[in-house]
Amino acid sequence: MSLLEFRQVSVAFGDYVAVEGVTLRLAPGEFVSLVGPTGCGKSTLLNVAAGLLAPSRGEVLLEGKPLKGLNPLAGYLFQQDAILPWKTALDNVALPLVFRGLPWPEARRRAMAWLEKVGLGRFPRHFPHQLSGGMRKRVGLAQVLIAGPKLLLMDEPFSALDVQTRQLMENELLRLWQEDRKTVLFVTHDLEEAIALSDRVVVLSAGPRSRPIGEFPIPLPRPRDVAEVRLTPEFLRLHREIWELLRGEVMRAHAGA
Amino acid sequence: MPGLRARLWQAGLLLGFLLLWEWASRTGRIDPFFFSVPSEIAKRVWRWFATGEVYPHLYVTTAEMLLAFAIGTLLGVVFGLWLALAPGVAAVLDPYVKALNAIPRVVLAPIFTLWFGLGLLSKVALGVTLVFFVAFFNTYQGVKEVSPIVLQNARLLGARRRHLLAHVYLPAAASWIFSSLRTSIGFAVIGAVVGEYLGSAAGLGYLIAQAEGVFDTTGVFAGMAVLMAFVLALDALVGALERRLLVWRPKEGGGR
Ligand SMILES: Nc1ncnc2c1ncn2[C@@H]1O[C@H](COP(=O)(O)OP(=O)(O)OP(=O)(O)O)[C@@H](O)[C@H]1O
Ligand SMILES: [Mg+2]
Repeated sequence: MSLLEFRQVSVAFGDYVAVEGVTLRLAPGEFVSLVGPTGCGKSTLLNVAAGLLAPSRGEVLLEGKPLKGLNPLAGYLFQQDAILPWKTALDNVALPLVFRGLPWPEARRRAMAWLEKVGLGRFPRHFPHQLSGGMRKRVGLAQVLIAGPKLLLMDEPFSALDVQTRQLMENELLRLWQEDRKTVLFVTHDLEEAIALSDRVVVLSAGPRSRPIGEFPIPLPRPRDVAEVRLTPEFLRLHREIWELLRGEVMRAHAGA
Repeated sequence: MPGLRARLWQAGLLLGFLLLWEWASRTGRIDPFFFSVPSEIAKRVWRWFATGEVYPHLYVTTAEMLLAFAIGTLLGVVFGLWLALAPGVAAVLDPYVKALNAIPRVVLAPIFTLWFGLGLLSKVALGVTLVFFVAFFNTYQGVKEVSPIVLQNARLLGARRRHLLAHVYLPAAASWIFSSLRTSIGFAVIGAVVGEYLGSAAGLGYLIAQAEGVFDTTGVFAGMAVLMAFVLALDALVGALERRLLVWRPKEGGGR
């Protein structure tokens, strides 16, 4: 049974139909990337998966049952900053545990371990505005992961980072994912990133009425190093193949804009 | 924080103004009967405190305004939260809130005197009608402006309603509430003093009214000076509290 399934999902904002007839299955433990031109509805689909947005048509199944309201299994790393500006890095990460009824000292103790995992062990008392964009993203990642979600929704989490930090974070994400094999739905506009990380890459057409127009299994062996895997002939072949399809959509989006 | 230079200028400006006033009064360029003399006013304030005759009045006014401030703010914040989080209720009550806020408060003073007597209560009530709306509108606005992304994130992380209140809505509205506190202090004083002025047996407003009754401009100005110092002290207190509680805010001009 799939962990998450979109069945003929359409989302309209007023007269504007952003996505139409999207069908997509995520097997438990699968890492799936969504790529597509800007504005095609990637964030919209993640919002639907998180239960923040109800589809205008179709339905979403979570472990086989229709999803109603917020998705209880999902952790969502938003495209925009979503951590609380009035809490320190440590308290931000501790918060999901406090929501679950843990006392603050215990929650902070566990949060510290997560801050260290994302490389922020030296910044527990910093407020978000005192951290760089990339550091804030990492606080967000730790905050989402500490709650132990089965399903991880990530919206261009690394797009604000420089190339080196980005590859570091990608490897870090793969390492964390390898530990307990969450199901991941990863949105990016960077095709190389999508291939390097995923089991499967799904290409969306340009909006309006965007939908998946291609699915590519990525049979690259794991564990992977995102920097090294990019140099393999297999990677280059996949890249060429997917880009052929994606390029047309990017051009269409560009012409339409 | 202004630098030393700005501080010196500020002090100089005040001193210059007082000296000019003193000089103009003494040389008869303005009539001391109507404008009094700074040195006389200072002497009067000094005497009030030396003899202790001002303390009962100061005490009454302080009690009235602190009560009005506390009650008005509390009610305002609670109602602000409630209406902001219950849009249905807000939609129904909206015209009433606007209508009530449109009443010029001075006209309420006689009614409150009738209802609550000449004592403390009628002044507190007047102050509350002023303070309430400031706290109410600011809290309402603050809650409405919470970033939807931050809110959705907290909800997905498992926040229940009381968590949202404690960790999202109130902190987000805090800077609005604090800016309202500083306005509220002024309003609480206005409520107390206007109430006293229009009918009472104690308080700074009463003192000023008494002085005015016998054309004692020095007394009027002395009362005003004490009130001013008092409000400034409270404002500084709130400012210090604000800086402590809002440490998370980026400093202005500090960049991100
Ligand atoms: N709340 C909304 N109201 C109206 N239109 C919306 C809303 N949210 C999204 N849209 C529209 O839906 C389309 C898809 O938006 P979405 O944010 O999902 O795109 P995206 O693929 O995530 O783009 P990007 O790569 O730039 O983040 C866009 O055309 C956008 O204008
Ligand atoms: Mg997006």
